[in-house]
Amino acid sequence: MPEGTLCNKKPIDTDEDLKTLLNDTGGKKYYKEMKALDVDSGLLWNTIKNTCKSRMKTWLKICAHCGMCANSCFLYLINDCDPKQVPAYKIQSTLGEIIKKKGEVDNDFMHMAMETAWAKCTCCNRCGMYCPHGIDMGIMFGYLRGLLYAQGFVPWELKIGAGMHRVYRAQMDVTDTDFTETFEWMIEEYEEDYPGLTVSIDKEGADIMYTVNAREVKHYPEDLAEAAILFHLAGENWTVPSSGWEQTSLSMFAGDWAACKMQVEHVYAAMERLKPKRMIGTECGHAHRATVIEGPYWAGRKDGKPPVESIHYVEWVAEALRTGKLKIDPAKRIKEPVTLQDSCNYVRNHGLKDATREIISYIVEPGYFVEMTPNREHNYCCGGGGGFNGIGLYRPQRNKALITKRDQILSTKAKLVIAPCHNCWDAIRDLEEEFKIGIKWSFLKPLLISMVEVPEHLKPKE
Amino acid sequence: MYEFLTGYMFWLSIGICLIGLLVQFVLYFKGLSWQLDRVAYKQYPALGFKGAARSIIRWMIPFGTYGWRKQPFMTVIFFGFHIGAVLVPIFLLAHNTFLKEKIGFSLFTLNPTLADILTWAVVVSAILFAIRRIALPEVRILTTAYDYFILLISAAPFITGLIARYQFGDYTFWLTVHIFCGEVLLIAIPFTKLSHIALFFASRAQLGMDYGIKRGGMKGKGMAW
Repeated sequence: MPEGTLCNKKPIDTDEDLKTLLNDTGGKKYYKEMKALDVDSGLLWNTIKNTCKSRMKTWLKICAHCGMCANSCFLYLINDCDPKQVPAYKIQSTLGEIIKKKGEVDNDFMHMAMETAWAKCTCCNRCGMYCPHGIDMGIMFGYLRGLLYAQGFVPWELKIGAGMHRVYRAQMDVTDTDFTETFEWMIEEYEEDYPGLTVSIDKEGADIMYTVNAREVKHYPEDLAEAAILFHLAGENWTVPSSGWEQTSLSMFAGDWAACKMQVEHVYAAMERLKPKRMIGTECGHAHRATVIEGPYWAGRKDGKPPVESIHYVEWVAEALRTGKLKIDPAKRIKEPVTLQDSCNYVRNHGLKDATREIISYIVEPGYFVEMTPNREHNYCCGGGGGFNGIGLYRPQRNKALITKRDQILSTKAKLVIAPCHNCWDAIRDLEEEFKIGIKWSFLKPLLISMVEVPEHLKPKE
Repeated sequence: MYEFLTGYMFWLSIGICLIGLLVQFVLYFKGLSWQLDRVAYKQYPALGFKGAARSIIRWMIPFGTYGWRKQPFMTVIFFGFHIGAVLVPIFLLAHNTFLKEKIGFSLFTLNPTLADILTWAVVVSAILFAIRRIALPEVRILTTAYDYFILLISAAPFITGLIARYQFGDYTFWLTVHIFCGEVLLIAIPFTKLSHIALFFASRAQLGMDYGIKRGGMKGKGMAW
């Protein structure tokens, strides 16, 4: 059977198709159909000829097979130094082979490549920092994912995720109405505690346009309230767009580049419509990567920048603390051993290592912050990056991958892990559920709210 | 044979090597695509240059990066090999005497003892590279016959050079073999992985520009390689 009814080369473009695929619990039928899916070698080879250019060709060509990348990969280390987990081997045995064979590969090969691309690499880009030739295998795996996606060899959840972006312009079936209503509901919930708390939807020319992760709307609506409260206390002139509010991109994890472009252009359209001074995204790593770092290129923006200056939430918090817009009550600072998870997507891949540490200097009592080893750009992936967290098929591999972070946290002896990234936060929650090491984990927002000083005029009247 | 190798073949091999490397280098940069690579190379030349320079320079300093410091044995044999492999062919007294006779021009020359040490370092490092390929599972899995071939043709001019220098056996024979091996190496450089002689700089510059322009360079401090 060349094309399945659920597993095929067509992207999901309608709500009906989305629901049909979602109803195939766990992707049972989807993966069964994948076993019979044909490989369109012509398409594969043509895509490579058109898109595998100088940089990637050279990377594959000059790799000295020195193996220096091995120890940089947390998946190699945690899998008992299995040579098949050496980054150079993983990419040479998948993308390298496809190119060598001019796309003439079979179904079994594509299954192996799919597992390698999504369960043996989280696209954390750490290996690129340890290769003398500067070969970034994370980038190549991103590229490979695109090739595999176009052939229909993509994990079920990510096919759905990419479809969600195509249909809803959000990673989940959250509509624009769901978003605005949830935000307004959350404001109502908290307006008694914070008089004057409000959310301006579609306000033009605001200082800040805030964008979120659809998971917050669907599963953690308090996060929206917390963002609103902190903007309110900081006296910010802020707004959210009624459409174009979703910053994430599961399509980036899936390798659905067309969906990436649709998604990010939708956010950029909101920026152009509302003309804010700045866009601030929520505490999410990949959302920042998708909308601020990679997005401009998907959207064809030659300057590599979004239409308005766009910063990560941690940059705004650091600035608000530095300028005194937010003041921390020193008595309420964290007074227990605490560590920080550096997100690959905005620390290694966007240089924000100092912003989070500046925040720590305000919210943690001196002497209680313990760095993980390694840290900053050299930190290991949380264990669930690049979509790994969400793929049921590879759950055992993902759980093993969490051990790296578990041990890093354990050796800090911290009781609390600050994780200003949805993906890292999820991975740390899962590792606590899996291994029960007795830690707490948190985004910045609830911590800040628990210790921020409320200006007198914003306090509720008794 | 000696005349052929030091005459026509000398110019041909040097020419192929230099022109080949230049072509590879130019084609590499011509082939970069801001949209496919997702790096706005041309928009930020200063940031790109800074990122590229940092990325190259840090990796050229022994133990200058986290990567080098993590693997001290590899670092020692890597630099043991490459320092000699670059300096000896260009600055060896005998090579420059030959150049002077041939074109009336010569370069600064290495102290002969230092040249001996560097050449031995190349040969010993090459042997250790080969042993490393066999001994370490993470390197063994990547290693192909082609890798040994590259190592062999890279080390051969140094091994034969030492044999000639210590005058083991027939000097003229070994000198001829040495020149032959050197010219094989020169010709192979642009067509094999040895093109990394130029492409190392290109590839490192690219990743440096990527980090310098897109992945954090605008946020201040630059990548801690």
